[in-house]
Amino acid sequence: MSRNDNIAYVRTDMLPEAAPPPGTAGLGKWLRENLFAGPFNTAMTILAIYVVWSILSSSVPWMYNGIWNASSLSECREIRDARGLESAACWAVINERWLQMLFGFYPTDNPLLARLFYADELEAAGGAEVVFGGGITVTQRVAFISAMKDDLNNSTLFFFGYWRPLAALALLVVAVAPVLYSNLPRALLVFSLAYPFIAFFLLWGGSVWLPVLVALGLVATVLAGRFAAGFIGSLGGFFVGLIVFLLFFMNPLGIDGLFPLLPKLRGMLDGAMPWGLPYISSENFGGFMLAIIIGTSGIVLSLPLGIALALGRQSNMPLIKWVCVSFIEVIRGVPLIVWLFTASTLLNYFLPPGTTFDLLLRVIIMVTLFASAYLAEVVRGGLAALPTGQYEAASSLGLDYWKSMRLIILPQALKISIPGIVNTFIGLFKDTTLVVFIGLRDPLGLTNAIRATSEWNGIYWELYIFVGALFFVFCFFMSRYSMYLERRLRTDHR
Amino acid sequence: MADISDQPRQNFRIGMLLYDARYRSLTIQVIAAILIMLFLVRLVDNTVTNLAAVGKDIRFNFLWSTAGYDINQQLIPFTSQDTHARAALVGILNTLLVAFLGCILATVIGVFAGVLRLSKNWLVARVMTVYVECMRNTPLLIWILIVFAVMTEATPQPAQFREGGTASMILWDSVAISNRGVFMPRPIWGDGAGIVMAILGLSIIGIFVLRYVARKRQEDTGQQLPVLPLSLALLILPVTLAFFALGRPIDLDYPVLGGFNFQGGLQVRNSFIALWLALSLYTSAFIAEIVRSGILAVSKGQTEAAFALGMQPNRTMQLIILPQALRVIVPPLISQFLNLTKNSSLALAVGYMDARSTLGGITVNQTGRELEGILLLGIFYLITSLIISSAMNFYNSGVKLKER
Repeated sequence: MSRNDNIAYVRTDMLPEAAPPPGTAGLGKWLRENLFAGPFNTAMTILAIYVVWSILSSSVPWMYNGIWNASSLSECREIRDARGLESAACWAVINERWLQMLFGFYPTDNPLLARLFYADELEAAGGAEVVFGGGITVTQRVAFISAMKDDLNNSTLFFFGYWRPLAALALLVVAVAPVLYSNLPRALLVFSLAYPFIAFFLLWGGSVWLPVLVALGLVATVLAGRFAAGFIGSLGGFFVGLIVFLLFFMNPLGIDGLFPLLPKLRGMLDGAMPWGLPYISSENFGGFMLAIIIGTSGIVLSLPLGIALALGRQSNMPLIKWVCVSFIEVIRGVPLIVWLFTASTLLNYFLPPGTTFDLLLRVIIMVTLFASAYLAEVVRGGLAALPTGQYEAASSLGLDYWKSMRLIILPQALKISIPGIVNTFIGLFKDTTLVVFIGLRDPLGLTNAIRATSEWNGIYWELYIFVGALFFVFCFFMSRYSMYLERRLRTDHR
Repeated sequence: MADISDQPRQNFRIGMLLYDARYRSLTIQVIAAILIMLFLVRLVDNTVTNLAAVGKDIRFNFLWSTAGYDINQQLIPFTSQDTHARAALVGILNTLLVAFLGCILATVIGVFAGVLRLSKNWLVARVMTVYVECMRNTPLLIWILIVFAVMTEATPQPAQFREGGTASMILWDSVAISNRGVFMPRPIWGDGAGIVMAILGLSIIGIFVLRYVARKRQEDTGQQLPVLPLSLALLILPVTLAFFALGRPIDLDYPVLGGFNFQGGLQVRNSFIALWLALSLYTSAFIAEIVRSGILAVSKGQTEAAFALGMQPNRTMQLIILPQALRVIVPPLISQFLNLTKNSSLALAVGYMDARSTLGGITVNQTGRELEGILLLGIFYLITSLIISSAMNFYNSGVKLKER
């Protein structure tokens, strides 16, 4: 550029940045673009503000002014009138009954509580063996325990009375963490595998040797199978594993004597080292604990079953395909409540005469089967979404069916179906409330039980909000986790 | 596996059943068939043995004996003297009624919520997000119980609708929302009512013909007919004319407060309303997500292409976006309808007499025929599901993208 001297003035420095015109930046711009863009949008905003205001203006004071200390609904109302309040929540019912809502009628571990907090009273009554060992009459024992419970506050009871379910829950978090977050050490997965047995022992109690021996039996099955597979091929290894399993858990030959090994070993060990916790039957389980037990077992068990069903449905063996399709369609076509009803009333007809087993176990099996049919459809969607080239590529590398599934197909198909899988899990967890219809004490069933007492007759909102909030927290966590997982596993370039 | 044809033909050896891919699937299937047969035989054998042990057999003749119980909501006449089969039919119709109305309401709310979640209005989008998340993350049973509690606890008693009472009827004194249910006018069909309804039906068919003609005309000549005003005129005018020409054959029976309750009119029970509203609200949250993802699934290039062709925004939506979004939306939407139908079995919680409560509930309890009752109930739900899902497959094959 040549210098032109005719120009009177040449600016040599940059102008400072001018502030944007008013209304095109900051809060004003945001408001205009997001809330008041055009008359229709403004009308919508005003309507939304009105709706939000009318909900919050009635519910927030009601919650905030809630009464936390009262022993009955009528007392709540008296306090409310005394304070001159229009409406007030009666949170006192939660304050009084939250332990029951969480644990149902799970017995608190009374000997522990007595030893910790009432050592003197326990000595005066004759010591733990006398009070809890059946030495004195039932009435006296009940009197001691109920006096103790009345004296303790809910928080003490929570931490020391329910230490078994609480420990199971805490260990659940430890067991689940390495599965959910891959940056944790992989060695923790061993604990995840052992967790079901630990949880069983903590929740049900009884002899420690039953869960230990079942775990050992399964480990022995797998190890024997692996070991034999090294010599005689994978099919032979499978049969060796099967034989070990049968010898350990069943009596395939019908010979009385040494087999099955499990009860024999258990008898020996119980005789030598009678360790254990007091047995608690699952009739006493209830509350949110029940929802977590059914939900977690259902989730853990239904995933492998669902994947197997999805693969079966894609199989090119007509019989396997036909069986899987009819299983999936029949399970999905009928509501869960009918299946639960089947589990509670009809299952005994289908089992060998004289077999009875726990209602909770039956419910877990039914819920697992139900969720696995839904999962199978979700996973099938993922399998169908993979391009055929992936299957062909796996075959051309010389991988056999199981290897190509394990290494090529399923990792991709499962990644695609993560949102659907997690939605199924959320649905399963929410559906655990349906067990109320077959007489298990789930949180909603307990709200009915609480309302049936004369103190809390006519209380609805507080209980429903409490139960709803508990479920919301769990389900919301699951849905956020699935979003996180999708982000983390995303490998395409966006 | 593909190069098998090049090899010389081998003689069959027994080991090939396991190690040859041609025969192995056969082996596996035979073993599976044997195991399945054994399982089924065992199952039937156990069932027969167990039933015999308690002195029962499998017979369905209980369906023709007198039911002996009342059903509080009946779409077809039913008394306690009728048979169990008829009671089951009443229950089935009740299930279908609540499922049908629920599907309609859930779709309406769900489409609204889904579209509003995508709104550029920050507040509206947030409000809808909160709605959807709250509904999706809490069990349906809680919502049913909450709506039922609202209907029975927060609404006035019929007595309060008296002169000087605290409550009043809405919609020009025709509808009363009380804790005994919602009372609304009932139509009384007089002479000639059939003709009016027939004319209404013909008008609706006429609207479809009109739309077809208008579309044909646009495709042939490019000229557009004013479809909306014409349709409205066709819908309203002939029926109104016929109604007055025939001397008002359809009258309304208004509910009137008498004694402690309303007399006359149509009583819609709280159990029905609670179930219907809760099912619709719950399912609508899932439908909202489906609608949202369906609209998001249409790539932005489609909108831009339509604008580049000079299309107006509403025509773009109607002709470009919606047809493509619907292909994504409809299959999961129908599976939500399926879920709603199955979830209607939660009617048990509020005492609504659906198929589960009549056939699978009172009938089973009275006759002691659990196996047969639950079997019939399961078959009913299964058939309903299969019909809905085959409709879905039919639709899917119609709109599927044609690829290689």
